[in-house]
Formats: sequence, C-alpha cells, structure tokens
Amino acid sequence: MESKFKVNTEGKWYDNVDLAWRMNEYDEFAVEQAVQVKDQVGEADVTVLSIGIDKVKETMKKALAMGCDRGVHVNDDASYAKDPFEIASIIAAFARDKGFDLIFTGMQSQDRGSAQVGVLVAEMLGLPSVSTIVDFAFDNGQITAKRELEGGLRAIIKTQAPALLTCQLGLNTPRYPTLPNIMKAKKKELLTLEVATLLQDGARQETVKMYVPEKKGGGLVLEGDVGAIADQLVQILKEKTGVLA
Amino acid sequence: MKTLLVAEYREGALLNATYELVAFAEKLGAESAMFLVGSDTALPKYDGTLYLADVAQAGEFNPAVHKQLLLDVIAKEQPELIVFSHSSYGWDLAPRVALALNAAQISEVVDVAGNTFVVPACNAKLRRDLQSKTAQTVVTLQGGAFGLSAEPSGTPKVEKIETATASPLEFGGYEAVEKGGVDLTKAEIIVSAGRGIGKAENLEMISQLAEALGGEYGASRPVVDAEWAEHNRQIGTTGQTVSPKLYVACGISGAIQHLAGMKKSEFIIAINTDKDAPIGEVADVLAVADLKELVPALTERIQKL
Ligand SMILES: Cc1cc2nc3c(=O)[nH]c(=O)nc-3n(C[C@H](O)[C@H](O)[C@H](O)COP(=O)(O)OP(=O)(O)OC[C@H]3O[C@@H](n4cnc5c(N)ncnc54)[C@H](O)[C@@H]3O)c2cc1C
Ligand SMILES: Nc1ncnc2c1ncn2[C@@H]1O[C@H](COP(=O)(O)O)[C@@H](O)[C@H]1O
Repeated sequence: MESKFKVNTEGKWYDNVDLAWRMNEYDEFAVEQAVQVKDQVGEADVTVLSIGIDKVKETMKKALAMGCDRGVHVNDDASYAKDPFEIASIIAAFARDKGFDLIFTGMQSQDRGSAQVGVLVAEMLGLPSVSTIVDFAFDNGQITAKRELEGGLRAIIKTQAPALLTCQLGLNTPRYPTLPNIMKAKKKELLTLEVATLLQDGARQETVKMYVPEKKGGGLVLEGDVGAIADQLVQILKEKTGVLA
Repeated sequence: MKTLLVAEYREGALLNATYELVAFAEKLGAESAMFLVGSDTALPKYDGTLYLADVAQAGEFNPAVHKQLLLDVIAKEQPELIVFSHSSYGWDLAPRVALALNAAQISEVVDVAGNTFVVPACNAKLRRDLQSKTAQTVVTLQGGAFGLSAEPSGTPKVEKIETATASPLEFGGYEAVEKGGVDLTKAEIIVSAGRGIGKAENLEMISQLAEALGGEYGASRPVVDAEWAEHNRQIGTTGQTVSPKLYVACGISGAIQHLAGMKKSEFIIAINTDKDAPIGEVADVLAVADLKELVPALTERIQKL
C-alpha cells in the first residue's frame, strides 16, 4: 500500500493513477501456502485468480513466478466499486465446477479491508472454512490449521478437504521469485475472463463517499533538520515526561 | 430500530468487548436483545433479553452451530441490525450469518449516523461512508470505537436456546504462543521498531535508544513475523497491551491493531518519514524524519546527559 492516497473525482474510491501496484500483503501468504502444498504433494495444479483492471496481471505474474501454474484474470474495470458479496460471487462462480481441493484467500484486503470475501466464497460453495490461519498442515486431505485469536492465543482446528482457508500475516515466509522462475512464468497460461460471464447478482451495499479522515491528533509535529529535531525531543522528554530525571 | 448484539465468551469468561456492542445500540438509540454462547455463571450485566446457548454443548468455536443458533434467534426477533465485534470470533461468524440472511455486511464500523456506517479503508488512510441495500444488515464494530458512558449494569432475562447442527470443523483446543523472557507490560519506557527500520540490523539502534532511556524495546508485528524480534516483544491485539510512561514508535504506521496495544501510553513520540501516518492520531509528538538518522542522533544526546 502506497502512502499517498487521493480520492477519485467520483468521490467513492481512491485514484490509482500514480500508485505503485503490488499484491495485497495477506494474499502473498495465500499464494505461498498454495505453492508449499504443491511442493509437498507433488502432483498439484495451482490457479491464481484476480479480479480487476488490466494492471492486476502484473501482480499475477509475481504469483506465477512464485510457482502457481496458471493465472485467471477476471477483467473488470469497475471492481473497485463492487462490494464483498459481489467479489465473492465472482470467485465462487469461477470455482464452482473446478473441483479445487483447497482455496486460499487473504484474511483481508488492504484497500477494502472487509475480511469477508474468503468466508463468503466458502459459504457460497458449501465448503468448510477456517479464517485467520497462522499455521497449516495438510496430510492426505486432512487439514490441521491454527487460527489466530487475540492476545497471543491460537485455536487448533481440524477439517477435511475440500476446504477454504483465509491467511493471516506470518503464516509462512513468502518466497522471492528467482530470475529463472520469472522467465518461466512468462510462458505460463494467463487466461482472461470477462466479469459479466461470472457475475449475476447485485451489490448488497453501496459507498456513499470516500474521504480523508479529519485529523484529530492535535499533537506537536516536528519537521526539518534532524539535529534540531533531536534537540527538541530531548527538551520535550525533560519537560513533559519524567524519564530523563 | 431493533438490534441483536452478538456477545463473546472465551475460556470461561465473557469478553469485555460485549459492552461496546451495547454502547453502539445506545448510540443509535435502538432496542436490543443479546445472543451469547456462554454460561450462566458468567452473564453480562445487561438489561434485556439474553438468548443463551450452553457453551458446554455448542462449543466456544463452532461456526456452523453458532450460525444456526443465531439464525433461529434472528427468525424470532427479526432485528434490522445484527451486531458483532470485529474480532477473530466476529469476522469469522458474521459473513456466514450475512450470507444465510441474504443481508449486507458492513465490516469494522468506527462510527454511525442514522443508516450511514463509517469504516476505514486503505490501511486506515481513508474512510468510507457505507449504506446497506438490504432489509437486514450485519455489522462488525472496530474494537474501542464505541464505549459505554457508564459502568455496565443490569440483569438479563435469560432464554435458553439449543440446536442439533453438525459441524465440519473439529476444535482441537487452544495453544498459547510461548511467553517468558521480557515482560513489556511492566516496562515504563518502551521504544518500538516497525517495518520502517528496513532490516534486521537496524533493530540494534532501536534497542540502543531504549537502553539509553532505561527502557525496553518492543516491535510491531511485521518485525516479529520477519523474526527480527521475538514474539514477546510484539505490541498490539495479537501481542502485548502496554501503557508505559513513554512510548516511542519508530517506523510504525499506526494500524488499529498496533494502536490497540499502546494507545493508553502516557506520552507517545512517533518517528516517521510520513507526516500523514495514522500513528499521528495518537502521538503527542510526531517527528517527521528518517529514523536511521534521528534515532542515533537522539541516543547520542541522551547518553551525554
Ligand atoms: C487480526 C490482525 C491482528 C494484528 N495484530 C497486530 C499486532 O498485534 N501488532 C501489530 O503491530 N500489528 C498487528 N497487525 C498488523 C497491522 O494491521 C499492521 O499491518 C502492522 O501493525 C504494520 O506494522 P508497521 O507499522 O511496522 O508497518 P507498516 O504499516 O509497513 O509501516 C511502516 C511505517 O514506517 C515508516 N517508515 C518507512 N521508512 C522509514 C524511515 N526510514 N524512517 C521513519 N519511518 C519510516 C512508513 O512511513 C510507515 O508509516 C494485525 C493485523 C491483523 C489483521
Ligand atoms: N478483486 C479481488 N480479486 C481476487 N481476490 C480478491 C479480490 N478482492 C478480495 N479478494 C480476496 O478476498 C480476500 C479478503 O478480502 P476482503 O473481504 O475485501 O477483505 C483478499 O485477501 C483476497 O484473497
């Protein structure tokens, strides 16, 4: 996620023109986990899917270079305006007749951040799902996952494939694509589907507006020369806190 | 307006976040009933109907069963709003219920006015105002966004509920991330490293500043996930909650899950290259600078005192 966001002219989403584009952080763990299962079981076929503008293909190329076998780009110039229910419907419509044993999603997206899509897809497909996993083991269709709870607690959950898992930060260490794998990825299949072929249903919610939150901080902001800031901080520590006494 | 509040219970105790749901209904001026899979030995302080399923039967984590119990209560109560905490329990169960009801779900609500819900977007850099298009709406509330004006009080009118639903998930118990080592909750001064330190080696300058100040160093989650620091140094919802006299956040953006662990600190200094980083919302002082320059400069000055 870039630090500079501007709201678009419509006032309902951010302007993506000047933004560097990268994979949703949580999805990197999902891709890595799928590739690790493939490495483990040998005979496996991994599809990576992304809904969005043409630019998302760049992100998918990274997933292919990490080891996915094929990419599916669901072409949708208006994906930003879709709600979690619509995004999940599109994914479920694609996955319904494919017989995937495992589906990994991120636990949340960084822009929409609803933390819904994964669980919704599973419910739509009638699959068991475990959300927010930080550990995953697969043994002949038997899944043992650890769900992260608050305060450093984890719940151990067992289920059977086919199933869907939503991936939390720290689940694994996403690999960096190597140069040979980046070259190989260029030859992999990258299918494009039009969103209209997958989406029948409408949105359940709408965005009234998007905006930059009002600053309520009111704290002191120090800028400029580093040495001067350091001097000011020492002064503040002396005056406002008891710690340098 | 009628709301159903989904309370939370874990390891034998009612979770306090339950009262944030009550505060939310209060803010809306809405009628409410409460749902809980728990035990009558740990009832919420609440004046209203409590639909209570016995945790010994329904399990603490059992989404298929909890979903069915909720759907039964919803069918009876016909609430317009079904309210969860945006917690590991809530974000797991809410979409299951929303889909079954054909209802919109609006996640991580931080404010509400009439039928407009405010939620964060883009790592809390932006906000969105959302409206539901369905008759019933499921919402999850950001932790800490709604607070009761007074101590919770009251005695619920308990109605016992049960179901005979099967579950495709088997709960194998809890596991605590190993504790031990440093206890940050006792530290009076904490200097924390975020992803902005850039690489493992730079943790050294953070721990040196901590040492110069006579405190401990902490870390944000990415620093712990990358194994640059031990888990017992992590501050936030899934780590430690601290309230030292002084908290110095170096290269930390200020995600809600981090803030939840440190915003009660008495004095907060943030060092960040981004003037608009959300950490500025809670910081008493925001120093806009490269930590790799400022942290050593500050350490040097303090050492000389
Ligand atoms: C369920 C859940 C639980 C979570 N629990 C926790 C938790 O317990 N604790 C936690 O911390 N996070 C937690 N997170 C993750 C959280 O959402 C954020 O992803 C995380 O806090 C971001 O860490 P950060 O601020 O270090 O990194 P980033 O968000 O990447 O921020 C880095 C910051 O460093 C600044 N920076 C970069 N370079 C420099 C420089 N040279 N000098 C100064 N500043 C610089 C940048 O401007 C930026 O603001 C949780 C997430 C979820 C979904
Ligand atoms: N446009 C999209 N294309 C593909 N997957 C998506 C898209 N949006 C969300 N997802 C998946 O759903 C997860 C949760 O997203 P969300 O419910 O928006 O927080 C993400 O981590 C992705 O795995």
